[in-house]
Amino acid sequence: MRGVFAQQEAIVGAAIVVLTILISLINPDFFTVTNLADIAVNTAYIAVAAVGMTMVIVSGNIDISIGSMLGVCATVAGELARNGAPVPFAFLAAILAGGVIGAINGALVAYANIPSIVVTLGMFSILRGGLILVTQGRWIERLPEDFFFSQRSILGIPNPIWVMLIVVALGALFMRYHPLGRAIYAVGGNTEAARLAGIDPKRVRMFVFVMNGLLVGLAATLYASKFTAIQSNAGQGFELAVISGTVVGGVSILGGSGTVVGAMLGSLLISLIGTGSVFLKISPFWLQAVQGALILLTVLVDVLRRRRQRAS
Amino acid sequence: MTETQTTQTKRELRFGVLRSQEGILAILLILIVIGLSLLSDRFLTVNNLLNQTRLFTETALLALPMTFIIISGGIDLSAGSMLAWSAVMLGFSWQLLGLPLPLAVIVCLLTGLVAGLINGILIAYVRVPPLIATLATLAIYRGFSFGISQARSVRGFPDDFYFWGQGQIGPFPTQFIILVILIIIAHVMLSRTGFGRWVYAIGNNELAARFSGIPIERVKLVLYAASGLMAGLAAFIFTSRVTTTRADAATGLELDVIAAVVLGGTSIFGGSGSIIGTVLGLLIITLLRNGLLLTGVKGDATVMVIGIVLILAVLINNVLRRR
Repeated sequence: MRGVFAQQEAIVGAAIVVLTILISLINPDFFTVTNLADIAVNTAYIAVAAVGMTMVIVSGNIDISIGSMLGVCATVAGELARNGAPVPFAFLAAILAGGVIGAINGALVAYANIPSIVVTLGMFSILRGGLILVTQGRWIERLPEDFFFSQRSILGIPNPIWVMLIVVALGALFMRYHPLGRAIYAVGGNTEAARLAGIDPKRVRMFVFVMNGLLVGLAATLYASKFTAIQSNAGQGFELAVISGTVVGGVSILGGSGTVVGAMLGSLLISLIGTGSVFLKISPFWLQAVQGALILLTVLVDVLRRRRQRAS
Repeated sequence: MTETQTTQTKRELRFGVLRSQEGILAILLILIVIGLSLLSDRFLTVNNLLNQTRLFTETALLALPMTFIIISGGIDLSAGSMLAWSAVMLGFSWQLLGLPLPLAVIVCLLTGLVAGLINGILIAYVRVPPLIATLATLAIYRGFSFGISQARSVRGFPDDFYFWGQGQIGPFPTQFIILVILIIIAHVMLSRTGFGRWVYAIGNNELAARFSGIPIERVKLVLYAASGLMAGLAAFIFTSRVTTTRADAATGLELDVIAAVVLGGTSIFGGSGSIIGTVLGLLIITLLRNGLLLTGVKGDATVMVIGIVLILAVLINNVLRRR
């Protein structure tokens, strides 16, 4: 029987609690509802994309084009809304744009048999280059008032947190109970065995990339409606934030294991350290080193834990 | 027995699959050169082509060890960050610690080496998957660059320092000579030595390689350490070329490097690839970028074109291989 703490999710969850307490003890200003809500709001769009990334990585693939994809989808939403399209329609178009890009990635991976890292590396350049070419580097400003979905709240809880919780809950249920969700684990764990069990690995790969695209589109609407302007370099480095959060949350880069809840907790932990270091007056220039060290630390814990499990 | 098998696999690779990929690349390269020289009369000039070598040397220096690493089944995402950290250490130790410049250059190379050794230890001995280990060190080394420099740039190096990045030996840019020598060494190492065969063997089947007595851990350590050392060298040449050290130097460069290696026909799954392919891949990317700029295409569009070429090259190779 495995103890609770054998799970990476539990370790990350504990780390979040301990860090929150520690930072609050050093600087009580940290432990305010506004501040903690801020951290959750800033994590929301990363966590939503991390749900898609979890599916992609569990299936044994990777998607490094999501930063450029986020920029493209945010621009689609912004441009449509600015030119008078109804806001729900603009958001829907952004989500669909993500789905279409995801479908292209998926088709190249599943049916043209090109490794996902190559496909998404190429797509990363294509989308980023195309976006700057189209926008000419201009910011999208003067958006209509009802565009700023992320700045509003329902029942006192900011909208992005609602979206994050709903997406993570649905994603977790889907991965745990839906046959297609189970098939993602099967394909990532052992493709040949999955095929023999009657699963079509190509269909599963196609599905995870389309799903990932749709979720990045959704994340883009959360991101775009948070600020007053959309920059054409939006989403730069986003892929690293999402992959880091996902992996810190215990999703194995080798495929076949990991959970959506873990990915959300991992994303939260990274944001927490970002905001926390401001309250601890750590120079922002060292922040990236601290975050990198954290990623390394959680992975090391995971590697050592697995080795012990294998030994026992 | 295993030795002959490995040699055989390698020969098959060299004369079978690889030849087709390198052949495709060579044809592609010729088409690009013809097309671009028709579009712009400034493209096919000795001056322009030699000048281009200045711009791609840093990428090329990193692409050499990256070819070995990807053939061995690994990857190194931290290359750009290692370059930045090394460059920052060069500026820092020269200006703030007051070291003589040659000593500062040695600090720069050593920084790269240490960064690479850390990657190597994590991957070879602690057994962290390369993608994750170097994803973490990508952030850590970039963080070191910003933390140590406090995001301030260092400039004002003495004039003779610029020889390495801006000077010439005969008609050739200095760094071009260095690069050619290193390309030859890398090519010979990979294709003509036992070490090179070990790298292919590890990438093809790590378990089999272990059972045949190949010191896998040590080989991997050497590969990642070499990647770091090359990043240090690239940092030195880069600093000499752009005359300043900045913490955000070479951001995203690892993607260019990996794209060139993969475009050059090295399988991302490991086990096959060649230095010649990587050089062809680099040439295609550089010439496309430069040639399109000369014909008036915007820089952002060239980024797009490179992405498309990368996917197409692998796609064509896949289609040909299936036949």
